[in-house]
Amino acid sequence: MASEAKRPIGLFRNLAAKIAAIPMILTALVVFLGGTLWTVTYSFTNSKLLPRADFVGFDQYERLWATERWQVSIENLMIYGLCSLVFSFIIGFVLAALMDQKIRFENTFRTIILYPFALSFIVTGLVWQWLLNPDLGIQNVIRSLGFTNFDFNPLYNPDIVIYGVLIAGLWQGTGLVMVLMLAGLRGIDGDIWKAARVDGIPMWKTYLFIVIPMMRPVFITTLVIIASGIVRLYDLIVAQTSGGPGISSEVPAKYVYDYMFQGQNLGQGFAASTMMLLAVAIVIIPWAMLEFGGKKRV
Amino acid sequence: MKSLRTLLCCTALVAGGSANATDLEVTHWWTSGGEAAAVSEFAKAFDASGDKWIDGAIAGGGGTARPVMVSRIIGGDPMGAFQFNHGRQAEELIEAGLLKDMTAVAEAEGWKDIVNPPSLLDACTLDGKIYCAPVNIHSWQWLWLSNAAFEKAGVAVPTNWDEFVAAGPALREAGIQPLALGGQPWQSSGMFNVLMATVAGPEVLQTIYGEADAELAAGDEMKAVFSAAADARELAKGSNVQDWNQATNLVITDQAGGQIMGDWAQGEFAVAGEVAGEDYTCLPGLGVREIISTGGDAFYFPVNDDPEISAAQDRLAATLLSRETQVNFNLKKGSLPIRGDIDLAAANDCMKKGLEILAAGNTMPDVNLLNTEDTNNQLNDLFVQFFQDESITPEAAQERFVEIVRNKD
Repeated sequence: MASEAKRPIGLFRNLAAKIAAIPMILTALVVFLGGTLWTVTYSFTNSKLLPRADFVGFDQYERLWATERWQVSIENLMIYGLCSLVFSFIIGFVLAALMDQKIRFENTFRTIILYPFALSFIVTGLVWQWLLNPDLGIQNVIRSLGFTNFDFNPLYNPDIVIYGVLIAGLWQGTGLVMVLMLAGLRGIDGDIWKAARVDGIPMWKTYLFIVIPMMRPVFITTLVIIASGIVRLYDLIVAQTSGGPGISSEVPAKYVYDYMFQGQNLGQGFAASTMMLLAVAIVIIPWAMLEFGGKKRV
Repeated sequence: MKSLRTLLCCTALVAGGSANATDLEVTHWWTSGGEAAAVSEFAKAFDASGDKWIDGAIAGGGGTARPVMVSRIIGGDPMGAFQFNHGRQAEELIEAGLLKDMTAVAEAEGWKDIVNPPSLLDACTLDGKIYCAPVNIHSWQWLWLSNAAFEKAGVAVPTNWDEFVAAGPALREAGIQPLALGGQPWQSSGMFNVLMATVAGPEVLQTIYGEADAELAAGDEMKAVFSAAADARELAKGSNVQDWNQATNLVITDQAGGQIMGDWAQGEFAVAGEVAGEDYTCLPGLGVREIISTGGDAFYFPVNDDPEISAAQDRLAATLLSRETQVNFNLKKGSLPIRGDIDLAAANDCMKKGLEILAAGNTMPDVNLLNTEDTNNQLNDLFVQFFQDESITPEAAQERFVEIVRNKD
């Protein structure tokens, strides 16, 4: 009986904090969840310029998967995503490990490497568009040095254009990964290093088998940040290649935008964005169940 | 004209005499040199009546500008007037009741009698009501040639598409890009539609797009069009530019032999001080069939609660179609006027050719009148890929084209 009388108190505990959280909760529910549900619902309609509730089943999805541009987009996102994940982790970690060797001018190096992250994707895209332009950029410089056969023209070659975008993406994003990793490395107790040294374990083994497993939370955080950046890849493409040459560097987010707004076909755009959501969900849900479901049991 | 003045006086009185100085925001995507010069003629004419034209230019072409305009209108922050291409682009906005019915102005001004060809006004009409003010006629079917480039290559300036294709290798040898083509998707599909209208004929285009005739799209006539498109792809290889006016600039500066582009390219030649017939040559209908499509630009007027703005919208619509504005605007823009009753004595050779074709009635409806933006977007995707990626055979492209036609609405 006494516990029942206390129950309402629990609700009103930290009342100010709960009131403060209401706007964010509402935003999350109405804007994110509501918007998502609305989008998914309307992806089953044949809405054109304006949304209308004329349901056509899976027609939009059938058309979507029959479209070559969508297939190219998915393929590009996979290549970009995989490479950008692997390379930004490897490069980021190696840079952080090097930075962690108590070197001189660490601050300066850290600033230099993190600096590209301060630039927007639009600026990054433009800068790399110029750098990779055969008549203005790297190819031209090296040719003018006398290597006239030097050929480096990724942005106008449909087969490798996505790697040209990848270079720009890595240049922009690796600095952040490095800083996150460095923070993780600094969080490792110095005694562990000493213990490893006493045991005579080589440095690379210490990193690989002791330090990296201990850094799991940092890796997870970095993974989430990088992965969300990959899925919404749009501005870099627009600035650097506009999806060209042809459609060889198109990405899903651009497909969504183009069909929703330029093509005046909301249904098709909604279907594409629902597929993007589904792809994210397939990755996130099993991971979240492992991560959070597991902790409860402990 | 007189009746309109009375109308204007009345509205002015109703609005308390202050109606004659209204700020009206007009959004459009005319930002290249020639276009900007032309649009300032509108602004001048409108300002002369005491109102103020607030220029809302959106750079990046229709593809960028249209979504901005539409989202502003849907979002409840409408501008005073906005430019669209005639046709099905504004269909849904009209059906949703977001655009103002301009029938009263049209009747007062007698648009029915002055607009030529009448199909332009039909494109503005839905259920017997007129919703837009057509301002110019633009046709896609032009081949622009640099005379100096052909001189340098040592071949005569071509008089039709076949001669142009034949001159391609000579141009390449002389270090000249034979055909300039920008990377924007609409340029690729536009060029293809021109080839379709000239190689296969306007009836074919009209049947395929107008009636979604997939059989015709798969037929031999279209096969010839696709092989012409493959020729064009070969000639266009290596023009690493993005915007259409950059591509036109290659022709102006004699770095490229020619460009298939609508007559708005003429504005660029004019700004650069080039003379038609001397510095450049134009071939309407690629010299194959003298035909022009009568698409163009029109101004639409979103519904506005403010009676002052409403009245100003009417005044703007009347100004846009007035004789004097039409002459000044179209001379700068390089487009043809929508009135049959004005004399373009100052028109250059190319515009005169266009006017002759128009007078002879050799016109066809613009692709925008037949296709929705959705279909156009699919065509853009197909052709930008086709023209940039040589691994796609004309046959494979035709198959995809047939699919788009079969599923179009």
